[in-house]
Amino acid sequence: MKNFNGKILFLDRSDINTDEIIPAKYLTELTKAALKPYCLEDLSLPGFDPKKDIAGKSVIVTRANFGCGSSREHAPWVLECNGINIVIAENFARIFRQNMFNCGLMAISLEPAVIDELFKLFAGTDATLTTDLENKTFTVSNAKTSKVYPFTIGEFDLELVKAGGWVSYADNKY
Amino acid sequence: MGKTLAQKIFDAHTVDTPAPGVRVLSLDRVFCHEITTPIAINDLVAIGKDRVFDPEKIKAVIDHVTPAKDSKTAEQGKTMREWAKRHGIKDFFDIGANGVCHAIFPEKGFVRPGFTVIMGDSHTCTHGAFGAFAAGVGTTDLEVGILKGVCTMREPATIKVVLNGKLRAGVFAKDVILAVIKLLTVNGATDKVIEFTGPAVDAMGMDSRMTLCNMAIEAGGTCGVCYPDMVTVDFLWPFIQNDFPSKEAALAEYSKWLPDADAVYDKVVTMDVSELEPMVTFGYKPDQVKTVREMTGTPVNQIYIGSCTNGRLEDLRIAAGILKGKKISENVRAIVSPATPKIYRDALKEGIIEIFMDAGFCVTNPTCGACLGMSNGVLANGESCASTTNRNFNGRMGKGGMVHLMSPATAAATAIAGVITNSPLFTGK
Repeated sequence: MKNFNGKILFLDRSDINTDEIIPAKYLTELTKAALKPYCLEDLSLPGFDPKKDIAGKSVIVTRANFGCGSSREHAPWVLECNGINIVIAENFARIFRQNMFNCGLMAISLEPAVIDELFKLFAGTDATLTTDLENKTFTVSNAKTSKVYPFTIGEFDLELVKAGGWVSYADNKY
Repeated sequence: MGKTLAQKIFDAHTVDTPAPGVRVLSLDRVFCHEITTPIAINDLVAIGKDRVFDPEKIKAVIDHVTPAKDSKTAEQGKTMREWAKRHGIKDFFDIGANGVCHAIFPEKGFVRPGFTVIMGDSHTCTHGAFGAFAAGVGTTDLEVGILKGVCTMREPATIKVVLNGKLRAGVFAKDVILAVIKLLTVNGATDKVIEFTGPAVDAMGMDSRMTLCNMAIEAGGTCGVCYPDMVTVDFLWPFIQNDFPSKEAALAEYSKWLPDADAVYDKVVTMDVSELEPMVTFGYKPDQVKTVREMTGTPVNQIYIGSCTNGRLEDLRIAAGILKGKKISENVRAIVSPATPKIYRDALKEGIIEIFMDAGFCVTNPTCGACLGMSNGVLANGESCASTTNRNFNGRMGKGGMVHLMSPATAAATAIAGVITNSPLFTGK
């Protein structure tokens, strides 16, 4: 199973699309690793600098409809290449969400009010998230505060995360 | 309790229910293109499972960047070509025979009512126009589809969009779907199937129905579907005439996929299209839609007519009808990409290509091309394009570029005017 703990990158916008996560011009790359430098290159978000803001982060917290648009699995891959194995948002585009779990990564939805609170308490600070898959909770902490947030994950999604993705799951079963 | 069209297809294809609300479906078609498939192929090779579940059910094409533009895209093509050959995938469309996936696969009769279809491309929802369940997936789903012929899907909730009335002259399926997306928003149909029904859909040919279903994903939809009817049967008849004694018999068989009268919908949206005007997008999201009237006079640098949304013969005919005897504005450049070789050939025979060339258009080979700024027609920073494609994301057609989505009629009129404008088909002038 992959690592779902670490520093948080806050992206305060809804409808961040797959073209912003990884522009189409890089889809000609033949390996996942080659995508690494281009993560969130076209993200339209004032103050965000992909060259500086991604390094050292392991978790994205964002708003609604993250990953809308193209089916490109290059979007989860480029996040994973950069050490980001979990995205937490109000909700996700279907294909992106499925792609995350298919890769053994996590895309977790939290209520808008909870996302709001995460932004209020932790955005702009050196915040860390720890995932407890057993108890289905996140612990989010910074120098001032530490709070525990429960989350839900579908039974099947959890199996994919544990199996390391859909290929190994399906190959064993079908 | 009655079932929706998608529920009927799911029930007929379920091989497993691994958890509540999740189905593993058997697949009738796995479509492949050269952008999302090679990494799946390479992974299957790497894990020692370089197999395909059924070469007859897998169809493949090189369409996004063709002919190859550099060594990397050449490598993607090579990977597809060699894979198709070693697994006996007969229906592989290479340079010279290739076209935009969501145009060429229906043209070849590969999609039938009641089918399950996946492809590593979000606009796979196009094929729902035939009364099929067709969904875009990522490379991992594609990989498992190729290997095992199955795909996992969450239970489909359905939004029913009832399109009443009759479209005015100069208003097309593209205008309808832009209006529907505006209403539903970019997230309004996420994880849902959209059933398009009503007199306005009944009156549409398959080309228009494909335009409608093509953009279901822009509202977040898993698939857009139209009900199979005699229009569907007529389109498919060359491919199915040996399977059925008559068209009526085919229709009777396909009608089993129609939703039950007491089917349960997540939501029913009714729209009277009689008063609808031509529509166009103004921002970086497909739900940022205004009437062309409100946007009239907005300057553009490039016109693009093509893509899986609007690169079919009907689209080219409509645009050519407006361009005939006219020249494009000296302030714009214009590109047309017939979506398949057959469309290209038919357009040549009808004199449509000559009309485009006389007007000052560049005619490209069939390819996804400018739509996603991958191979040609890329915009410079600060430029904008009047485009018949489906996605206007920031940077989609080139970094710093703006895409205004519109119908082929509006695009043709805009090419002549050099600024966004309603077509004479609509204004009557």
